[in-house]
Amino acid sequence: MREEQDIKQWFEHEVTGVLDDLYGAALRLAKNPADAEDLVGEAVARAFGNLHTLNDRQAFRGWIFRILSNCFITECRKRKTRAEMSLNGDDASDDGEFWLFDKLHQPFLLWWGNPEQEFLNSLLRDDLIKALDGLPENFRIVLVLAEVEGFNYQDIAGILEVPVGTVRSRLSRARSLLQKALWQHAKDRGITTEPTKDLNRQDTL
Amino acid sequence: MSNDMSNTTSTNNPSDKNTIDCEEALKRLFEYIDHELHGRRHEEMEDHMSKCRSCYSRLEFEKRLQQHLKNATEQKAPQELQNKIKKLIHKL
Repeated sequence: MREEQDIKQWFEHEVTGVLDDLYGAALRLAKNPADAEDLVGEAVARAFGNLHTLNDRQAFRGWIFRILSNCFITECRKRKTRAEMSLNGDDASDDGEFWLFDKLHQPFLLWWGNPEQEFLNSLLRDDLIKALDGLPENFRIVLVLAEVEGFNYQDIAGILEVPVGTVRSRLSRARSLLQKALWQHAKDRGITTEPTKDLNRQDTL
Repeated sequence: MSNDMSNTTSTNNPSDKNTIDCEEALKRLFEYIDHELHGRRHEEMEDHMSKCRSCYSRLEFEKRLQQHLKNATEQKAPQELQNKIKKLIHKL
């Protein structure tokens, strides 16, 4: 009985320590606070029920994120909406790599400013959230785990139960898709237009 | 990933075995940012970044963009959720 209480206390302590991270990831996966809270609740309940599968207590964070990811994937499959069907494949309706730097960078130093920095300064939190939320699930999940939660590739491979090479390729694709979406949001808001790389301009240094 | 190297300090013609060119540096860029490169592959990137202004600018841009994304997504669990989770654990 005493041992049971100790385990529960330890579990509560560990969950409390990662709750902000779990909720942050859940919010970006579920895309709304109510579903995110349900997702976290389900993951915590499932984690406690499967505590015997945690062999190394030091690995708690990765282990519970794995459970959270599985809960999310299961929920997506249940809903079976068109948007939630892209969990295993690496396809995304996109026609190649897209990098903001290629769009913004000027090969010359410009006296009137720095287009890359200006673009970053103009980005709103909302632009970033919309771009991230618009990614297909298999790309969004890998980007959240890597860039938001700071897991390394090996950890992500363990969490998602895919090879490290898959993590690497999905992450690259996710970043490209995110940057393309950011560019589109910026254009929609009238922030940026395609810079002209006119090498004959007189006002370059 | 394309790279406009006109009029920048570039290292597209590696002259010694410890140097990589821009194309190779760009292939490794995100692994470098993610601290996934080790040993010689990491050192070659360090060396390239110290010499190539264009690749260094790209590196800085991608790092700043990552930081923006991280800041935008930082989220504290609502107090209500914290209470719910405590209650849930006690019931389990």
